[in-house]
Amino acid sequence: MEVDGASTSNGGASTSNGRANGGRSRRTAFDLFKQQQLPACKPVLTPVWVITAFMLIGSIFIPLGLVTLHASRSVVEIVYRYDAECVPKAFRGNKVSYIKNGSIPKNCYRSLKVHKHMKAPIYIYYQLDNYYQNHRRYIKSRSDQQLLHGHAHYDTSSCQPEEYNNGLPIVPCGLIAWSLFNDTFTFIRGRAELKVNRKNIAWESDRDHKFGKKVYPINFQNGTLIGGAKLDPDIPLHDQEDLIVWMRTSALPSFRKLYGRIEEDLEADDVVFVTLMNNYNTYSFGGKKKLVLSTTGWLGGKNDFLGAACIFVGSSSIILSIVFMLLHVKYRR
Amino acid sequence: MANGRRKKQQLGRIHSFSSGKTSFRGEHSLVGGPGFSRVVYCNDPEAYEALPVKYTGNHVRTTKYTIATFLPKSLFEQFRRAANVYFLLCAILSFTPLSPYSAVSTVLPLVVVIGATMGKEIVEDWRRKRQDIEMNNRKVKAHRGGIFYDTRWMDLKVGDIVKVERDEFFPADLILLSSSYEDAICYVETTNLDGETNLKLKQGLEATSSFQDDFRFQNFKALVRCEDPNANLYSFIGSLELGEEQYPLSPQQLLLRDSKLRNTDYIFGVVVFTGHDTKVMQNSTPPPSKRSKIERRTDKIVYFLFAVLVLMSLIGSIIFGIDTSKDLGNGWMTRWYLRPDDTTIYYDPKRAGIAAILQFLTDLMLYSYLIPISLYVSIEIVKVLQSVFINQDVQMYYEEADKPAHARTSNLNEELGEVDTILSDKTGTLTCNSMEFIKCSIAGISYGCGVTEVEKALATRKGSSLSQEVTEIEGHLEEAKEEKPSVKGFNFVDERIMNGSWINEPHADVIQNFLRLLAICHTAIPEIDEETGRTSYEAESPDEAAFVIAARELGFEFYERTQKSISLHELDPVSGKTIDSSYKLLNVLEFSSSRKRMSVIVRTEEGKLLLLCKGADSVMFERLAKHGQEFAEQTKVHINEYADAGLRTMVLAYREIDEEEYVAFNEEFTQAKNSVSADRDEMVESVAEKIEKDLILLGSTAVEDKLQSGVPECIDKLAQAGIKIWVLTGDKMETAINIGYACSLLRQGMKQILINSETPENKAFEKSGESSAAAEAFKASVIRQINEGKELLAASNESLEALALIIDGKSLTHALEDDVKDIFLELAIGCASVICCRSSPKQKALVTRLVKIKTGMTTLAIGDGANDVGMLQEADIGIGISGVEGMQAVMSSDIAIAQFRFLERLLLVHGHWCYRRMSTMISYFFYKNIAFGFTLFFFEAYASFSGQTEYNDWYLSFYNVFFTSLPVIALGVFDQDVSAQLCLKFPLLYQEGVQNLLFSWSRILGWALNGVLSATVIFFFCIQAMEYQTFRKGGEIVGLETLGTAMYTCVVWVVNCQMALSINYFTYIQHLFIWASIIFWYIFLLAYGAMDPYISTTAYQVFIEACAPAPSFWLLTLFVLISSLLPYFLYSAIQMRFFPLHHQMIQWILADGQSDDPEFCAMVRQRSLRPTTVGFTARFESKSQHSREQLEYL
Repeated sequence: MEVDGASTSNGGASTSNGRANGGRSRRTAFDLFKQQQLPACKPVLTPVWVITAFMLIGSIFIPLGLVTLHASRSVVEIVYRYDAECVPKAFRGNKVSYIKNGSIPKNCYRSLKVHKHMKAPIYIYYQLDNYYQNHRRYIKSRSDQQLLHGHAHYDTSSCQPEEYNNGLPIVPCGLIAWSLFNDTFTFIRGRAELKVNRKNIAWESDRDHKFGKKVYPINFQNGTLIGGAKLDPDIPLHDQEDLIVWMRTSALPSFRKLYGRIEEDLEADDVVFVTLMNNYNTYSFGGKKKLVLSTTGWLGGKNDFLGAACIFVGSSSIILSIVFMLLHVKYRR
Repeated sequence: MANGRRKKQQLGRIHSFSSGKTSFRGEHSLVGGPGFSRVVYCNDPEAYEALPVKYTGNHVRTTKYTIATFLPKSLFEQFRRAANVYFLLCAILSFTPLSPYSAVSTVLPLVVVIGATMGKEIVEDWRRKRQDIEMNNRKVKAHRGGIFYDTRWMDLKVGDIVKVERDEFFPADLILLSSSYEDAICYVETTNLDGETNLKLKQGLEATSSFQDDFRFQNFKALVRCEDPNANLYSFIGSLELGEEQYPLSPQQLLLRDSKLRNTDYIFGVVVFTGHDTKVMQNSTPPPSKRSKIERRTDKIVYFLFAVLVLMSLIGSIIFGIDTSKDLGNGWMTRWYLRPDDTTIYYDPKRAGIAAILQFLTDLMLYSYLIPISLYVSIEIVKVLQSVFINQDVQMYYEEADKPAHARTSNLNEELGEVDTILSDKTGTLTCNSMEFIKCSIAGISYGCGVTEVEKALATRKGSSLSQEVTEIEGHLEEAKEEKPSVKGFNFVDERIMNGSWINEPHADVIQNFLRLLAICHTAIPEIDEETGRTSYEAESPDEAAFVIAARELGFEFYERTQKSISLHELDPVSGKTIDSSYKLLNVLEFSSSRKRMSVIVRTEEGKLLLLCKGADSVMFERLAKHGQEFAEQTKVHINEYADAGLRTMVLAYREIDEEEYVAFNEEFTQAKNSVSADRDEMVESVAEKIEKDLILLGSTAVEDKLQSGVPECIDKLAQAGIKIWVLTGDKMETAINIGYACSLLRQGMKQILINSETPENKAFEKSGESSAAAEAFKASVIRQINEGKELLAASNESLEALALIIDGKSLTHALEDDVKDIFLELAIGCASVICCRSSPKQKALVTRLVKIKTGMTTLAIGDGANDVGMLQEADIGIGISGVEGMQAVMSSDIAIAQFRFLERLLLVHGHWCYRRMSTMISYFFYKNIAFGFTLFFFEAYASFSGQTEYNDWYLSFYNVFFTSLPVIALGVFDQDVSAQLCLKFPLLYQEGVQNLLFSWSRILGWALNGVLSATVIFFFCIQAMEYQTFRKGGEIVGLETLGTAMYTCVVWVVNCQMALSINYFTYIQHLFIWASIIFWYIFLLAYGAMDPYISTTAYQVFIEACAPAPSFWLLTLFVLISSLLPYFLYSAIQMRFFPLHHQMIQWILADGQSDDPEFCAMVRQRSLRPTTVGFTARFESKSQHSREQLEYL
């Protein structure tokens, strides 16, 4: 803030008082250090500084907020909740029995209307609510070693109870893998099916360094209790990107996961038909399921919070600085 | 050594001793019995080996630990702290599945912290160890088979014969066998033991006194039986068997370890107690460990945080229990992905209660980040560094004695900033304890025109008219001083007497006798420096030295003392030449506190027998002969004048004795001396009293007890800082009051409440002899006087008049009794200054304790002598003056300084800084841990309180150790609110510490609140901004690791910038530490993220791949940083502008550049000063007010 020149000159004055250093004019930095007289900058919150600082914050944050808000607003997002609607009317009273009943077909057809032009790539997410992927038991229930190197010789006790089945190890083991999301979506626009690119949806580092290229699913979902999706035992985990995305656990109980990308633009007023397999059980714990189509901007997806908050903080700073100024003028020292 | 030896008088005995056979007294029959079982075979190693019990060797260890005991002992010390035990439990529990994070990450910080503290212990102990090694390897000559070899101290054994030479320390407790003197006497300096500077005389047995040569010990064999090792320095009982004979041993034969042989060429002694058996080691007790108030309060805050921790864990575990119990409801698994049907005890919905209890333990570990693990070790590091700065301060370095300030304990630095009352010793503390001969009154005429400090003070007190005069005289003095190099102990200027001109004075014969008496009647020992030929003296007390020096300077140079004579170069008034004359020394009647006088009996060269006597006026005047009172009246007037000027007076008188009287006296005296009965001393006294009568008055001397330089100024500053100063002294009331005036502790217009034991009624009671009744009545009178004082006090509260309380030791005894002490203290606190005179060491300690306990304020005791030790240990802070009176006070003090005036800088600058640094640092510690801990807690609410953290394990464990530790240490060591000059210029700043403004509960809670606020802003802004939408262009979603990293980044930024915002003093060190901590976090993130995912787990490439390329990450950091600091910024801006504290006002002046404007400064200073009642500023104020009132009256 403010380098106070007086302090150094004061320092000099004191040395002449100092007995040992009385005659010496040259003093090393170490002497200054020992005598605690290092040149220092001493910021003082004078009204001028306070008002300037508030003004500065305001003048930075309001434009920043506007830009951020604009970035968020320019993102087009379609959110469609399907968990309730995809249950046949007969089962609306008891959704859990519906989802658990394997004999009832789980197909569900819906249509989404695009209200604004969406520029490719359009990201497809599924969103789950009230799903505690961040539960300690859940998070711990995996074996990174096994995912990378296969089942040999690694301690997978953390995977219990999804560690062994019929005496054979499960690959990938653990609750996270076991509860892999298994709803699927296909999209049709007009006549043609929209191509969904489901490659490269996982973090590169995960793919390359956490999931082995030679590790194949073994004995997976063979137990009495089947959790979520099954995996193709012929595809190595490295290429099972759904699994990789799923296993990067979410931070909060409401979360989205990337499903794929549509690499064509969607025009305004386009109608997209979605065929979805409503397999995944969120009914027993009352979780919602949503399908999300979204474009991205330079700041990512649609979230007005940061922009609005910036504007709020910025404008409060301006107001505070004005109030402070008024008070300062009114109550003279 | 032989030719290099200084020419020095072989000193005989000047004290007559009972020599020879003393019969075995009662207590000696105890020898050999229980408690007196020690058997020492002198010079007989085989017999020593054959002894059934082995005595300890002479190896001494003062270290706290040995290699073997270090680990268990220091660990025990460490885990006496509740916080550390808690962390240990956490570390142990972290190896169970209960742990929310990996075991290593919990153990490592604990190991670092404990390791650092233990490292500090090692360093400290190593210093002691080096001292021990030095001590143990000192050499002494020990007898081995006929020859004396240089032997290391540690190799000495009980029974060895050693030869100790001049100015060497005794290696162990020895029995003196013989010395270089015929009669086996030697002189010993015991400064290290009791702080007394005078030499003590010891004498060996007559039976062994002939063993004066090395070879004679070849076949020497003796057996000593004596008491077992004990701590009593002044008692020793034993017996020596030599051949067939048995001789009793007393303390007179015991030479104690750590004392020094003086004025004796060598002695032979036999080792009786070695190593830890020696009396001095038995006496060494560890100093009472003192803890500062801030530290005690810190403990309370830690407990408070423990309570918060438990509460949070309780909330967490209850909610967790409820959530878990719902997992198996309605006949199906609700959260099926957790497999509640096949689970462990920790998550079992069927036993949700137990799961909740176990979760409680997990939570206790999880929220452990609320408790700053590194707090205590940081505090200790900071304190050590602070004391280094105190030790290094050149402005507290006393060049003349090459003594810097020395903080012996670093525990109390910040306590220095909170001192409310200073209890000061007088002699050696306020005064230099160097006596200067300044005036004398001879034959009723006063000589000497020097002006004392006290007189100057008195002169200003009496009005300015005199002060001019004083300056004139001073001018004279300055001239005189320039002419002649000043002599230590002599500040006497008077042309009438100096340079031999006294012979022209009217009473020249009296003057001659006077000066001759000064030169003869003493126990000093001359030392002639061969190079300069000047004589210097070694005397028991500085007064005595001053007399001998005065005599020398006035032409009566005492240059030689032999066993039987004293020789002078003296000026012969008849011839006017300097002649040598010798006086046969017949008897010395020693000084004692009851006699208050000393005399010598000498035979002059003409054969006249003279008794020369000097003593206190109270005892001397009554011993004057009728015809000897010629000048009594004038002398009394002069003595009063001198006492008024704060001088110590002594009356000199003499008489001639005729032969018969002397012979009779001598016989009686020798008999008394040689008697062995318990009342020997009394007998000697009564014999002496018979001859010390019918004296002829010569005059009186006046010696100035000089004030140390800068004392009045220092006291004034301290008074302005609002510190109360009490003087506790052993001196007379009159002297104490005079010093009080000189120091501006007292001034005119101050009402003095004198509580005196010497009221006529008390005297009457004492004479009546009924001791119990007298005590009763006396106590009643003390209470009455106190109550009167309180009435005065009540009256003065209205008139704003300052009061001074002066109380003497005897009254103090009663005032300190349980039923009186409360009202006494009430009175004392109400008074502006308090002086306790004639107080014993124990009373000093009692007064200190009374003030400390009853007021609850911080007390500081300052003193220099052995008599101050109790007071120093009792007070919250003990300051020792490393002056002349030995090291006893320094050894038991917490901080040692060389001069009283350094106290000003120590308190106002270092104390203030340390207090502020410590309180800010500790508050900040809590802030940063609360800010961090609460983000963990908030996250739990989103993870159904399962104990999962959003941060990687290593982020967690490095938080306290790396990312936030250095800036806070820099704050604790370097921060300054205002510079040293301004601290001294605005002493009232100090009140911030006394009133504890910076570490009050409201302030601590404010910081805690700020921490919660920061955590809230950080957490909720982060989760809102990084909700479920993609956070970057590539469409990826925020996972747990990304959110954790982003949030942690915010925490590191906020916490470090909060530091930057709250410090006042930015040197490049602060810059370095603060910004480096933040940068280090990024470096750590890069390095850790680059490691194999097996090590880095969730942090693998998280920064480089996920966070760094996303603009939203950086934007979020900036935004969260600014918005979480805004509340604090606003708060401090408002406080600074509208409710500034003292230091802020001063900062403001400085920032406005008005510090050079004297008028403005004075105005602020005036405003920040509160009216003081003590010190010369107050004196000046009251005077100017007085004159103003008079003007108005006119």
